[in-house]
Amino acid sequence: MSDWVEACAAGDIDEEDVMRFDHSGLTYAIYRSPDDEYFATDGLCTHEKVHLAEGLVMDDIIECPKHNGRFNYKTGDARGAPVCVNLKTYPVKVDAGKVLIQIG
Amino acid sequence: MTGMLIIGAGECGGRAALALRDLGYDGRVTLVGDEPHLPYERPPLSKEAMSGEAPSIKAIATDAVLAERAIRHIHSVLAVAIDRAAHTVQLSGGSSLSYDKLLLATGSVPRKLPMPGLGSRCVYLRTFNDALAIRAHLGSERRVAIIGGGFIGLELAASARKLGATVTVIEAQQRILMRGVPAEIAGIIHKAHEAEGVAIRTGQGIAAIADDGKEVAIALADGQKIVADLAVIGIGAVPVTTLAAEAGLAIDNGIAVDEHLRTADPDIFAAGDCCSFPLAIYGGRRVRLEAWRNAQEQGALAARNMLGGNEAHAAVPWFWSDQYGLTLQIAGLSDEGKNVVRRDLDDGAFILFHLAGDGRLVAASGIGPGNAVARDIRLAEMLIAKRASPAPEALGSQAVKLKSLLAA
Repeated sequence: MSDWVEACAAGDIDEEDVMRFDHSGLTYAIYRSPDDEYFATDGLCTHEKVHLAEGLVMDDIIECPKHNGRFNYKTGDARGAPVCVNLKTYPVKVDAGKVLIQIG
Repeated sequence: MTGMLIIGAGECGGRAALALRDLGYDGRVTLVGDEPHLPYERPPLSKEAMSGEAPSIKAIATDAVLAERAIRHIHSVLAVAIDRAAHTVQLSGGSSLSYDKLLLATGSVPRKLPMPGLGSRCVYLRTFNDALAIRAHLGSERRVAIIGGGFIGLELAASARKLGATVTVIEAQQRILMRGVPAEIAGIIHKAHEAEGVAIRTGQGIAAIADDGKEVAIALADGQKIVADLAVIGIGAVPVTTLAAEAGLAIDNGIAVDEHLRTADPDIFAAGDCCSFPLAIYGGRRVRLEAWRNAQEQGALAARNMLGGNEAHAAVPWFWSDQYGLTLQIAGLSDEGKNVVRRDLDDGAFILFHLAGDGRLVAASGIGPGNAVARDIRLAEMLIAKRASPAPEALGSQAVKLKSLLAA
């Protein structure tokens, strides 16, 4: 039950940016950090279920586009009002130019 | 030690109480509110609460959280007087509470329509209970008149249409959203409402209102008559300042505070809708903001300064509105701008950058489907905070990433 799923090509995401990835009826956010590492979290903000991939990535923070709730996308930690529930994170690896995330 | 006392248990007061605990304060924290509910978020009242399933409170903190954080919440009670010398606040029940530091987060209330003829079918929207009462009147075969083409009225109009009501919006000014929204963007919102079947009457004063408790007849200045089952009045808000004024604190379009949110009394702070404060990014211009994020940020800032901090309010004003599938976001005060640069985004979304005469970016107004403008408005907000003067050609070109201008 811990399948690695191909989310996108490594080059699909700019550095310090985020992309939405939908799989099996669920939505995820895939991040590329300023130091060129990849991360994945649940795709929806824990405040009002807004797609985080439309938000802004600054360093290791993703900010929700709707009400500016902030999370550390590397750890999932909620960083203050209005969000108080952490984001779930998923293991990520890059293999042959593909970004894979481990779901399940 | 008698602790920290917060009057007003809305977004601002609720966030301040939580922030005091986040900052490690371990004395008493008491939150006093005049509503019977937990501290809750108001933005959904004109949006989701009016159009989704049965409305529910979106609490800022549940009873369990308040208990765990040792925040005492006294609800359904008014603060009636402050004794500054004794450091006490008298409550409507007759009891009084003492404080080391006092935060006034009393918010604002709807501006009353100063006309005769208003009755039980003429209502205002501010609280969750107001929202429940309005919602009970919405539905198909219901006629709703909205007096005032501002954000509350227009969001309510959109929600009422979703529930099938017939909606007329009456605005005294020549266009909707005169305050703080550029005409180009207001025009898009106007068209969206008309496309959804809302009748908008701009430039229309109201000659008379007759409300018999069953329906409301509104006679417009041009002789037209609008009959509705319910009239919702949304003509702005006024700050709640009586408590502060009677305690001898200065009032200047709200409870006057300095950039640290302090009144002239070093033990009394004010924050959120109820206060006016100098905004350094606009040369110390005194403003009062009626916005969710400002309430949140100022509540947290007041908490830091109540605990001995000396931090100035530096946030750029920001607000949003949702109507149908459109979201508008504005960062900064657009009336500070002289020139406008437009940046077109995908799906018909666009942003207007407002530049001062010297080229400095002072505001950005965006509109588009969903969250299409969110990221760029957030970046614009950071550029405004930095007092940046980006090249107009760069702002206007979608090919130039705004993030790259931030680094410059």
